[in-house]
Amino acid sequence: MARRDYSRIRRRVWLERALKVLVVIAVAVVPAVPIWLMYAGLVAQAFSSRVTLGIVPVGFTLRNWRFLWSEISMGLKRYPSIWPMFANSLYLALGTALIVSLVAGMAGYALSRMEFPGRSKMMQFILALHAFPSVVLLIALFILLNKLGLYGKGFLTLTGVMVIEAALQIPMGAWIMKGFFDSIPWDVEWAALVDGCSRFTAWRKVILPLVLPGFAAVALFAFLAGWAEFILVFTFITDQQWYPISVYIYNLIGEFKYVDWGLLAAASLFYAIPTIVFFALSQKLLLRIYVGGVKGVR
Amino acid sequence: MVRVKLDRVSKYFGRVRAVDNVSLEVMDGEFVTLLGPSGCGKTTMLLMIAGIYKPTKGRIYFDDEDVTDIPPKDRNVGMVFQSYALYPHMTVYENIAFPLRIKKLPKSEIDRKVREAAKLLKIDHLLDRKPGQLSGGQQQRVALARALVKEPDVLLLDEPLSNLDALLRVYMRAELKRLQKELKITTIYVTHDQVEAMSMSDRIVVMNEGKVQQIGTPDEVYRNPSNIFVASFIGTPPMNLIRCTYDESRNVLKCPNFEYELPSAWREALSSRTSDELVLGVRPEDIEIGVESPNAKARVLVVEPLGKDVVVTLALDEETSIKAVARAGTQLPTGEVTGLRIPLEKVHVFDGKSGRALI
Repeated sequence: MARRDYSRIRRRVWLERALKVLVVIAVAVVPAVPIWLMYAGLVAQAFSSRVTLGIVPVGFTLRNWRFLWSEISMGLKRYPSIWPMFANSLYLALGTALIVSLVAGMAGYALSRMEFPGRSKMMQFILALHAFPSVVLLIALFILLNKLGLYGKGFLTLTGVMVIEAALQIPMGAWIMKGFFDSIPWDVEWAALVDGCSRFTAWRKVILPLVLPGFAAVALFAFLAGWAEFILVFTFITDQQWYPISVYIYNLIGEFKYVDWGLLAAASLFYAIPTIVFFALSQKLLLRIYVGGVKGVR
Repeated sequence: MVRVKLDRVSKYFGRVRAVDNVSLEVMDGEFVTLLGPSGCGKTTMLLMIAGIYKPTKGRIYFDDEDVTDIPPKDRNVGMVFQSYALYPHMTVYENIAFPLRIKKLPKSEIDRKVREAAKLLKIDHLLDRKPGQLSGGQQQRVALARALVKEPDVLLLDEPLSNLDALLRVYMRAELKRLQKELKITTIYVTHDQVEAMSMSDRIVVMNEGKVQQIGTPDEVYRNPSNIFVASFIGTPPMNLIRCTYDESRNVLKCPNFEYELPSAWREALSSRTSDELVLGVRPEDIEIGVESPNAKARVLVVEPLGKDVVVTLALDEETSIKAVARAGTQLPTGEVTGLRIPLEKVHVFDGKSGRALI
């Protein structure tokens, strides 16, 4: 056999590796630049009185944050304070997260662990449900809310929107939870049964703690969806007392031809804070996926 | 401790008969092994005894109580799964304490029992760890401690040694046997490893395709296999099975390249055969190589020295090869033709069609 030319092979390996690094940079770093620029601009704008060249801040000020302690007048409309709207947004998002985790948790268990006729058909149907964007359902939902007497009823309407939001999020949530339940071997559940648990105790004491990361993921997505919801609340809520922050920010742009960019930036930043907090809290749980303790695959 | 009795138990999954009409009685304090290839229904049987599967047909008794419809939590069985099935989110201590906490025993009693069980299995220094931080052998001990801590009436072990390395397996084999004899717990052990079954059990239940093939002591199933399946499944290297034709008039077996003369006393036993196709069975360690006045001649194909002895593969003809075990140091050049003696008292004869043992 002829001697291999190792120097050529080495050069090829080196080139391949360099190419890989370049691709990673192109895919991961390049798109991040405009995103970070956007965030940097947002922060810069929120804390400065004037911005030059679109990003370079001039003069530090907290005046843009005045919406936190005083009312804002926007043309003819006056917004008393952002805090009630903050509470509305929080109510909507937390409520959605709660309903979705509860229903998706149980549905996911049933889809994963229980045999019943039409199970696979049902799973396909659930996935299809997720394909509908809420805009498509707007008119139908309007009629439904109206018939139920929930349209234009302030708090009740907000709750109605919460239920709708939850309904839109549940299919995906149930799928995610099903995946997490699937990953728990039957052996572990059986061991709990042999150790003296009923099926429910086994679920609560053994299965549930193991799928907490799944609950965190589902709750996080549902919270974000509820927090970011705009079109449903904008369409159905008529009483500005029950507006969430998303509508407030829309009004900052839309109400008057003059736009206070500093104010808008500050309000947007404020709008992002709970999302970041909620993410930071559930991220720990998301990463806590157990390894080991069960060996062998069956 | 109880006596476990299975009365004509069957389990079907759709059209698949996982366990087919099995009757078995395990005595109080006995160590019984269910032995068979994977997919033969032995784990299904264990899960039925635990109460996780309900038999499609038949009843299960603990002592004389019918427990067929009783859920697992009320049966007081301890079980070790092949995967150990430890609770990954609990520490070793919490894992072992779990069955006792479910029973709502007082805290001090739980603590005492957990520490006792941990000490018995030499894992008392690991109590604060999570299962993920343990080696396979340690996980296996934790699983065993969790099964033993509730002082079960029946201990069910599903291939508990299969995930351990070879050295540890040999060690744990002896440990398990010692523990079982010490605690005198009725134990049902599932394995596909015939060495484990032979070395640990009081009795072995050999299973294949959901059916019991033979029940007997290790010695019985080794010496008197009831059919070809049992004969080929037990023993390493497995028994040589040579297809032969029976010549009734001369009372000889016509085997590849040799004839084997049978004693006339066997005529009667052989009369129950379904055809003249018979299988001559002889264990490799019973074949004598290089003897004078041989029964057969064979050519040496491969010689595998194993330290204490040598496994020799021999060709009887182009298609049939057999294995023999010779003493270490036996010199046999490959390709040489040698004489074999197959001692009459060590020979088995099986029916070629049904596989049933005739002699």
